[in-house]
This record gives sequence, structure tokens and C-alpha cells, in this order.
Amino acid sequence: MDKLRLRFEKTGRAVYISHLDLMATMQRAFARAGLELKYSEGFNPHPLISILLPLSVGTASRCELMDFRLREDAELSTLPERLTAVLPEGIRVLEAYESERKSALLKWLEIEGTLEYDHGAPEIGQLEAFFNQGEIVIEKKTKRGIGQADIRPAIRSIRFEPAGEDIRLHAVISAQEPTLNPDLLPSALRQLCPDLAPDFAEFTRLETYDAGMRIYR
Amino acid sequence: MDKRLKRILPRVQKPARYTGGEYNQILKNRDEVELRLAFCFPDTYEIGMSNLGLSILYHTMNSLDFVWCERVFAPWGDMYDEMKQAGIPLYALESGDPVSEFDSVAFSIGYEMAYTTVLDMLDMAGIPLRSEDRPNLLPLIWAGGTAGVNAEPMAPFMDLFVIGEGEEMNNELLTLLRQAKREGWSKRDFLRAAAQIGGVYVPSLYEVSYLEDGNIASVTPKDGAPEKVTKRIISNLDAVPFPTSPIVPSTEVVHDRVSLELFRGCVRGCRFCQAGHVYRPIRAKKKETLVRQGIEALKNTGYQELTLLSLSTSDYRELPALCDGLLEYCEERSIGLSLPSLRADNFSMEIMQRLQKVRKSGLTFAVEGGSQRLRDCINKNVTEEDLLHTCSIAFAGGWNNVKLYYMLGLPTETDEDILGIAEMANQVLHCWRLNAKNKNRGVKITVSTSCFIPKPHSPFQWEAQISLEEYMRRVNLLRGAITAKNVVYNWHDAQTSLIEAVLSKGDRRVADAIELVFRRGGRLDAWTDYFSFERWMQAFSDCGIDPAFYANREIPTDAVLPWDHIDVGVRKAHLLRERERAYRAELSPDCRKQCSACGAAKLLTEGRCDG
Ligand code: SF4
Repeated sequence: MDKLRLRFEKTGRAVYISHLDLMATMQRAFARAGLELKYSEGFNPHPLISILLPLSVGTASRCELMDFRLREDAELSTLPERLTAVLPEGIRVLEAYESERKSALLKWLEIEGTLEYDHGAPEIGQLEAFFNQGEIVIEKKTKRGIGQADIRPAIRSIRFEPAGEDIRLHAVISAQEPTLNPDLLPSALRQLCPDLAPDFAEFTRLETYDAGMRIYR
Repeated sequence: MDKRLKRILPRVQKPARYTGGEYNQILKNRDEVELRLAFCFPDTYEIGMSNLGLSILYHTMNSLDFVWCERVFAPWGDMYDEMKQAGIPLYALESGDPVSEFDSVAFSIGYEMAYTTVLDMLDMAGIPLRSEDRPNLLPLIWAGGTAGVNAEPMAPFMDLFVIGEGEEMNNELLTLLRQAKREGWSKRDFLRAAAQIGGVYVPSLYEVSYLEDGNIASVTPKDGAPEKVTKRIISNLDAVPFPTSPIVPSTEVVHDRVSLELFRGCVRGCRFCQAGHVYRPIRAKKKETLVRQGIEALKNTGYQELTLLSLSTSDYRELPALCDGLLEYCEERSIGLSLPSLRADNFSMEIMQRLQKVRKSGLTFAVEGGSQRLRDCINKNVTEEDLLHTCSIAFAGGWNNVKLYYMLGLPTETDEDILGIAEMANQVLHCWRLNAKNKNRGVKITVSTSCFIPKPHSPFQWEAQISLEEYMRRVNLLRGAITAKNVVYNWHDAQTSLIEAVLSKGDRRVADAIELVFRRGGRLDAWTDYFSFERWMQAFSDCGIDPAFYANREIPTDAVLPWDHIDVGVRKAHLLRERERAYRAELSPDCRKQCSACGAAKLLTEGRCDG
């Protein structure tokens, strides 16, 4: 079976599993579930699986997507249960389906985050004002060293609300072309407005969208 | 998860090794168990999770429903610094709870260089290092593993040691500990009772006195402790539980594969080898058991590789049939089968050729000695003819990378023996020229040497280690003799070997130096990243310990050895006889040809020694 897609969650302790390790983990989980993945041809065969948007270590997700192929037909509706039963704590398969949609059509990511402040949180308005500026040019690491980039166009919407001592963030950010790593949001604060920067931030991906803000599957 | 930990984890290398949560981990309700055991491996997660013994005992101890045994590993330097800075104590992976809250802490110590890490882990848990500074029964701190065959250097830190194989013994101990906890026994009463369990060694029940010349005068048991503590073994390996649902790490570890243990013990009797003597008698698993356990474990883990472990895989009687049985399952699923520690003989090559998955890149031979005389002396039954014959098959079959391992400083070694190493490498090169299928790919022959370390319970236990200077002289001699450009020479530095010799042959007095090294920052000493020779030498000197007394001195055969009261089965008389034969360069038959009545068979409660 070709062109299959898996939607899964990666939360809790599993957020520390790196992208590469996740590939190995998935591969083994399929084997444990008795599902044989299709392998590439050639000298060094590897299973044909690919994760649409690699997730950085420490970020949780409720909307991970992975393409895979199976050597034999399987009842797709049983896959979530079969796989979840053999996955490490924190990884839960939500859905398995056939999909023809190209991964390039995935454009936006809805995320939420918690900004932790050890010495009192700033005003919500200050944060909103910062992120609603015309441009937010920060330094970021690129393949060619340190570069400058305006991250503002990659933020479609962003809002904040108090959550106890901390501040909750809700945003829609660009998933690809350009990719905005949510960690760059607090990092922009640290660089440009240290007074507003949190002591720690963590994020969760909530949903994937296409360019027209329709849910992407 | 601890909030402080959450902040640290994204910053450290490979954080998944510090979180637990892996598939097949064992979770229990902390309120429903009577004993919580922190099972500590004094090295990194990647090393520890590749250790079969740890996996076996994790499962056998957790099979007791009143025990929850959790894993604890030593954090790498970056995580260590972060934990110290944030004030996070050592915690167990399954529950995330601090080790200080546990009823008992057990260490699996496989090698001496882990000693400082043991102390470091106790300290990170907030537990006093010395047994005498822990007046209460709980937490009970104990250790097992190969290093226990001479437990003395760590004796002051441990409440007790378990000597030998732990599948049954550990559970007997934990059952007694439960009773003691329920009934509120004192530590003293518990230790006295524990000393009656076979294989349990309670150092505080043995009084050691010394002679003026530094040797031990006597070791006297008290309070009913046995004169000698006899190593425990499992007589029937087919009957003992084996974990076919081992934990599958969510991050890469050293051995990401299913490991099967073919047998325990070794039929070879190489005279320098501790493992070959302390794991006797020889007990093999049935091939039916192995095939069944292997397939089950592959199904339960999803691993793509299975490896057959033992000291000398070729000596497993039913190896071809076992391979067939496993290959039947593995081949159609593209699962690789690997057989480390094969010997350099025809039979092994046949097996290797049958395993299509074997990579053609590297062949490794532990030759150990550079001349036939020296190999006879150490009872390493490899002839040059065998080796060259095996190489010729290998080269013809497409291999082009051969590694030859030797030890320098073996008893009776002469310069001629050392030059023999270079000569042998040339022979192998010549063999490649004659046999290689495709010479364009070139060949690489690597010669490695390490410094011989005399080990307790081996026939060479009385021998002296050569000095650092002498080792370097021999290295330079060999360097000068290796001229061929396809032959690469690597020598391991001997500083670690010297420290290892002191720690493995040390007595209780060495404990002070171990503690001092730890106090001065020593941990993870098995890693060159962290090992500091100067720190060790300084600590020895500050404690008034002469490392040469332990490492570089030939011990008189009538001296009381620090490990004499630990009985591993093989008799001292046998070791002595083997040593004498060594001096005459006389081979001893391997156990398959003829039993030399080493004494280990007395440990069996059923069956016969499979030697
Ligand atoms: S009892 Fe005999 S066969 Fe068994 S290990 Fe000892 S020498 Fe070898």
C-alpha cells in the first residue's frame, strides 16, 4: 500500500526524542505491530517513511504527519490502536489514511506555548505590540553562519493571555517556506527586547493548515 | 516532570537518555510496592542500556511483585553540570523520583574504572559514601557484577556485595530485605542474616589485618559469616527467566539489537583472562530455547539485528543449527544476525560466509602474543597457520580490513616476541597479495597493543605488570619494526592500565584513594574525556599508597590475596598449576578435549559442566 499517512501526537516524555531517533522508533513500532514497511531498492535499503515537518527536541505536537508505505494491505482503521499499543510513552497515533496531498501544500501551523517568567510576567499589551511591529529582524543561525532574517512575515497571527504566573501564547506560524521554529519567538524577545523575554518557553503544535487556512491532512 | 528538569533538558546533548518513558519500561504504582530499588549502572545510558546483565536483572527483580526496580545511569558532563547547578538530585528513569527516596540502591559494576562513578552517583543521590556512615537499614546499598570478584577496594562503601549470577540470589536478598523492613530490623541484624545467603559478601563482617611488609596477614570472618563466600551460579540456564521484552531505548545506544547469550563460561582457559575463569563452569543454553527467545525478543522489540553473545561463540556446540534456526526467521525479514567473538578458524569462516548480512569490512583477531612460544605460554590456542589460512579465505572472499590485537607485557615476553608481531602483520599482508580478489581496493591491517593487566582469579594473578616506561619501550620497539605502509599500528596508552591494575588487585586500603579521586572531581573515569592520570597518582601519593605495590610487584604465591575469601569455583591450586605450565610454555587442553578439573564444576547443583 502506497501513499499512506499517519497522524500522531508526540507529548510528555516523548518530546525529547530527536527526529532521527523518532524515525528508528517508528520503524521498530511498525515491526512490533506486525506491519511490514516497504523498503527502498538498492544497495542500502531503508524503510520508505518520511516525517513531513521535523519537530525540534522539546516541542510537543498533537498533529505530526508521517508518510509511509506498507508491503501488504492492512485495515487502516485498526492502525492507530495497533501502533499506539507498541509505541513509547507519549506517542499516540490518531489516524492512518491514504493521502495524495503533497507535503509542499502544508503551509501554516497553529501552535500554543507557555512563556515562563520567574520574576513576574510583562503586560500582554507589550508582547502584542512587539510581535505586531512591521518587521522583526533577528539574527539566526543558518547553514552559512549567522544571518539576519525578518520573522514577521512568518507570523500569521499571534495572541497572548495570562496563565497564572505565566503567559499563554497562541499563534499561527509559517510551517515551510520559510520555516519558523517557534523557539525563535522567545529568542526574538531576548535579542530585541530583553525585558519582555521569558525565562523559559515551551511549545505545542496543534494543527496543520494549507495556504488557504483549510486544515491540511 | 520536574520543572527544573524541563528547562535543562532542551539544552543538553541527547536528552532522551535522561527521561525514561521507553517502550517496555516497567511501571508500577509506588504506593503498592513494599521495596523501591534504584538499580544503578555507573556509566552512561548508552553503555548501560547495551548491557545484557542489566536487562536480565531488571526483569528478574521486577518479577517480584513487592519490588519496583528502576534504572539509574550516570549523566554525561553537560547534564551533570546542569543538574548540580539546578540542585536536581540523581533520579530514577521510570518514576523520575529522587534516588534518596528509595529503600535500596544496587550497583552493577562491570569494570574497575567505574568505581569513582559509583561514589559520584551515591553523592548525587545525597547518600553518605561509606557504609559505616549509614547507620540505618535503609537505604541498603549493595553491588554486584564482575568487579565483585575482588570487592575489597570498594568494600568500605558497600553494605554488601552479591558475588556471581544474580537471577536467584538478588531475589532472595530482596525477600529478606522486605522482611527486615516489615519487622524493623537493625542494619546489623539484617547484614548478619544476609551473609547466610549463598553468594552474599558482607565486608564489615570480615576483619582484615596486615603484615609489616604490606601484605595481608589474615581475613577473619565474624558473627557467623562464612569463611569463604562462594559465587552463585544458575545451573540450568534454560530454566531461568530471560527478558524477551527488553526495554527498547528511544535514542541510539551502543548495541541497538537483541542479544542472546549462548552460554556462560569459557572452555579455553587463556591464562591472562579473568572472564574465562570467573564465569566457569560452562553452561550452554539449548538451541531450541535460544531460537524461541530470539524470535520472541525480535517480535517484541522490532529490532533489525540479533547478536549472539558469549566469550567464544565458535565454541557453542550447536552453532550451525542455531544459526539455521535463527536465519530461517531473520532472512525473510531482512534482520541481520551478527556473531562477535568468533575465533580465527575454518569453522568460523564457514559460518561467517553463511551469514550474508555480515559486513565485509572488518575482521578482528585477538592474537594476543607475537610468537608461538608466547601464545603457548598464555594458552592462546591460535597458530600463525590458522590465522593465515583464515585470512586467505577472508581475502579471497572480499574482506580487506583486518585488525590484530595483542598485549604487551605478558609474562615471559621478550623483544623477539614483540618483533614477531611485526613479522606476523607482514605475513598477513603477504597473504592478502596472494589471495585478494580485487587488489585495487587495497588492504588495511591494523595492529593494536594494550598493556597486560594481571587480574584476580586468573592464573596470572600473581604476576607483575610492566612499568609505563617499559611499556613505551616495547611500543617503540614495535613501531620501529612495522614498516609496511598498509600496516597501521595503534597502541593504547598504559596509564589507564596501571590504574586498572591497582584497582583490580587492590585491597581495602585503596578505597581511600578512590574516594579522594572522586572528591577531587573524578567520575566517568572509563572515558578518556574524563580520566586524569595525574589525579589518580596524586591521590595515591596523598593516601600513602604505592601503586607499584599493587600493580608492578610479583606477589609471592604464599601471600594472602585480598580476594582469597571469594571463591569463584576455580581452585587456587589449578591457577597455580596453570601458571607453572605457562612458564614451561605448555599448552593445557581446552575443556572440550579434556577436563582439567579446575574446580568450577562443584558449583553446579544439577547437570554437568559443558566443557
Ligand atoms: S570443570 Fe573441567 S570442563 Fe568444566 S570448566 Fe573446569 S576444567 Fe573446564
